[in-house]
Amino acid sequence: MMLYKYTYSELRAGYEAKDFTVKEVLASYIQKIEENQNLNGYITLCLEQALQEAKKADENFAAGQPRKLEGMPIAVKDNFCMKGLRTTAASKMLENFIPHYNSSVIDRILNEGVIVLGKANMDEFAMGSSNETSYFGSVLNPWGNDKAIAPGGSSGGSAAIVAAGSSVAALGTDTGGSVRQPASFCGITGMRPTYGLCSRYGIVAFASSLDQAGPMTRDVADNALLLSVMAGHDPKDMTTLTEEIPDYSAILKNPISLKGKSFAYIEECLSASDEAVQRNMQNVFALLRERGAIVDPISLKLQKYAISAYVLISACEASSNLARYDGVRYTHRSQNADKLSNLYNESRSEGFGAEVKRRLCIGTYALSASEYEEFYLRVQKLRRLIYNDFMSVFAKYDLILTPTSPSEPFVLGEIQSPCAMYAQDHMTVMNALVGLPGLSIPSGLGAQGLPLGLQIIGNFLSESDIYALAHVLEKEIAFQSWLKK
Amino acid sequence: MVKKEVTKNMHRIEGKTGQWEVIVGLEVHAQIVSQSKLFSGASTRFSRNPNTQVALVDVAFPGMLPVLNEECIRQGVKTGLGLQGSIQKRSVFDRKNYFYPDLPQGYQISQFFFPLVLGGHLDVSVGKKEVYSRRVNLERIHLEQDAGKSVHDLFPHKSAVDLNRSGIALMEIVTKPDMRSAEEAMAFVRSLRILLRHLGTCDANMEEGSMRADVNVSVRKEGAPLGTRVELKNINSIKFIGQAIEAESQRQVEALEDGQNIAQNTCMFNPKTGDITVMRAKEDEVDYRYFPDPDIPPVEIDDSFINAVKEEMPELPNAMVARFCKDYALERYEAEILSEDKDVSRFFEQAILALKVQKEGAAREMALWIIGEVFARMSEGVSITGIALTPERLAQLVALVLNGIVSRAIGKSILDKIWQSNTNPEEIVKSEGLEQISDEETLRAWVKEIEQQHPKEVAAYRDGKVKLQGFFVGQMMKKSGGKANPQVVNAIIKEVIG
Repeated sequence: MMLYKYTYSELRAGYEAKDFTVKEVLASYIQKIEENQNLNGYITLCLEQALQEAKKADENFAAGQPRKLEGMPIAVKDNFCMKGLRTTAASKMLENFIPHYNSSVIDRILNEGVIVLGKANMDEFAMGSSNETSYFGSVLNPWGNDKAIAPGGSSGGSAAIVAAGSSVAALGTDTGGSVRQPASFCGITGMRPTYGLCSRYGIVAFASSLDQAGPMTRDVADNALLLSVMAGHDPKDMTTLTEEIPDYSAILKNPISLKGKSFAYIEECLSASDEAVQRNMQNVFALLRERGAIVDPISLKLQKYAISAYVLISACEASSNLARYDGVRYTHRSQNADKLSNLYNESRSEGFGAEVKRRLCIGTYALSASEYEEFYLRVQKLRRLIYNDFMSVFAKYDLILTPTSPSEPFVLGEIQSPCAMYAQDHMTVMNALVGLPGLSIPSGLGAQGLPLGLQIIGNFLSESDIYALAHVLEKEIAFQSWLKK
Repeated sequence: MVKKEVTKNMHRIEGKTGQWEVIVGLEVHAQIVSQSKLFSGASTRFSRNPNTQVALVDVAFPGMLPVLNEECIRQGVKTGLGLQGSIQKRSVFDRKNYFYPDLPQGYQISQFFFPLVLGGHLDVSVGKKEVYSRRVNLERIHLEQDAGKSVHDLFPHKSAVDLNRSGIALMEIVTKPDMRSAEEAMAFVRSLRILLRHLGTCDANMEEGSMRADVNVSVRKEGAPLGTRVELKNINSIKFIGQAIEAESQRQVEALEDGQNIAQNTCMFNPKTGDITVMRAKEDEVDYRYFPDPDIPPVEIDDSFINAVKEEMPELPNAMVARFCKDYALERYEAEILSEDKDVSRFFEQAILALKVQKEGAAREMALWIIGEVFARMSEGVSITGIALTPERLAQLVALVLNGIVSRAIGKSILDKIWQSNTNPEEIVKSEGLEQISDEETLRAWVKEIEQQHPKEVAAYRDGKVKLQGFFVGQMMKKSGGKANPQVVNAIIKEVIG
């Protein structure tokens, strides 16, 4: 039995029918993780502990008291702090950091019975779109087969792991596209929820006003189920929302009719994409129209500023958020420092990689007193204007559709210019800047036979609507995942 | 009430080239009284054991987030109301970025762009004999985190960091450059300290560091525009604030008269030596890269919040002084002494309430008993809430004096007797037979005896040496064992001998 191929809903049915045990599923995953080692998806594994948890999970099933996510193997992006488990954010700076606390999202999913397999590779401090900035080396996209194809980033490890059968699901974080773009690259489903839906407590911060945790899964149903557990108000994070979280899974039980639904696509996003991506999107639109939906082009003029705005604001916040890694407490400490200022300089020079340093320089410069108005304040104003634009779209349309990425996954090392790499987030930064949710689902294959993704952007707290549409499209598109291929 | 206008402002430095005016502005850092820190659940209690009052966010572990302590906002609003400031319904916490080992986050959370309180003022009475009033206007009050402490003298080659203080809430109270002498600045800090203690928003113990001040000093010739200011950092006593201003203003006058310029420096004042040393020059100023803290939503408060704080506002010290002067016919300085400490003013008013004597000057008699006798008997470091004597007992004692049952002198000796035990003074008078003798017949007979016994003094008295009145009173006290009513005795001496 190739148990690692199942989604969680399938596993759950099997657990309940006593077709197999959690322990057997774990064994299957442990074997697959071994086989997939070359993908470099995990930074740290905790399989012994996982096996013990599996025993407990089987007991709970036997006792007829399984929790919501009982026996769900999961990989956790290495920027979620977990008690007793090394948390590196893929940086030399935190190479030996073992937190003695759990992030709130981790607490929530552990309470519902997930089994953590290990910590997933990522771009250093989540800064990157290809997973190439990791101190622990690049991750390979399983779709590459003999070629070194990028898994996307920054949650590249999480995406590759789920796609390649090294875990059934994974946690990612999305600052400007870090859940959605790798999900798209690896042909899986990844959600960036409304800002404030999931607690940021215990997640290594990159850019506080943008960071959001998100589920990465093999299908929409698992995604909705996992988010239902992850989401919710947290008194430890003042930016979390207080709204009641609906049961997203329940919504999927009755597929919606597309008749009369209205969708908009952003012209600027489509024209910025390559041909195969455009064709793929047109196929999706045709499908929607066939089912009686309206699909209209709209223009978001400010879209062209989104990347610059995102790079600036995230760098500003990062330059402050990463100041705590100073060589004084739990971080890498340089052995070459003979005085305090050297301790900072040397520890940070040695501990951070090139991309992190680049962003810290950008952010530090942009926040300086003489540049503050020109950069930080202008970007904040721009965010407001982008928000206004989105709101006027949502006054007329239910949801917005874009490609998740402007092109097919690229070859590792192919993109050398930082700006070209930042442009990878073309489709995903705009809604992140204003806190709107976006989901990426696989939508087909590109010219080179690599996965493409469709992004569904919704209004604040419209996760239910997004999942409902994604659920219908998922069936229609019938994408062949790498595991099923 | 203190007069609103400045009636006296005569302080000038006499230089070689004429008179110089001293301009002072203050930034007072006052630790807020609260159970827990501004953004963490860690206790604010003072502890000698380093790093024991610390939450994860205070050490800036990865992923830790600040959670605003609403109590600190309430205290800030209360202080703002007490200083007549305008409470801002929307204020924002910003990050002030700089590296220091006792600043684990690499930034201090403060309010730079939109503070909690704008404006406000405090009327301060200045001077001992000739008192005048100075209104000191405020720029703003904002809240911020205190830093930890670096300890450099614990290990020979290492520095240690104690984060117990890290993250405790501070109010920074920024004045306009409205003070014109060291004396005025000291009076301002003293008045502010009294106000904060009445409000209960800050302990204001400068020795323990719960209140510190940065002092801005400049000098100018009368009517000239403001001179370049020098900032003296982190001064932790009122006396040192005065000394620092004296020293710096003197230094500036001498420099200017020597033809030098004043550089806009940030300096340290060493109270032991009186030396002022430059910490950094203006061009070396750190760029703090302020920006709104994205972890903390803007603080929105509404009228009902402000009104709830208003409800719990105590009477302010200046108002209390005015009321004591008016209602109890006290001298101003007596009213100030009694209103300085909230507990003392409460003790005083409880004693007044218990004093059932409707005589003119009765309240002032009580005030003088507290200021003169109670204070004298309190040992160092003991507050009025820590003594055995209750206001009710003191009222009974003062009533005995006011009603002429015992003399003041006997009253004082009774106070000694009840000080530790808080015994009913009336019982002591009864059991020890201490009632004053006011019976004129008895007293007249005694005066006549004294007249017989001291012919020389009687003759001298009759020759106009009125000072001898005291001698005869003394003789009477001896004869009566201190119980003769002095007023009656005085009258009879005049009548019989005079």
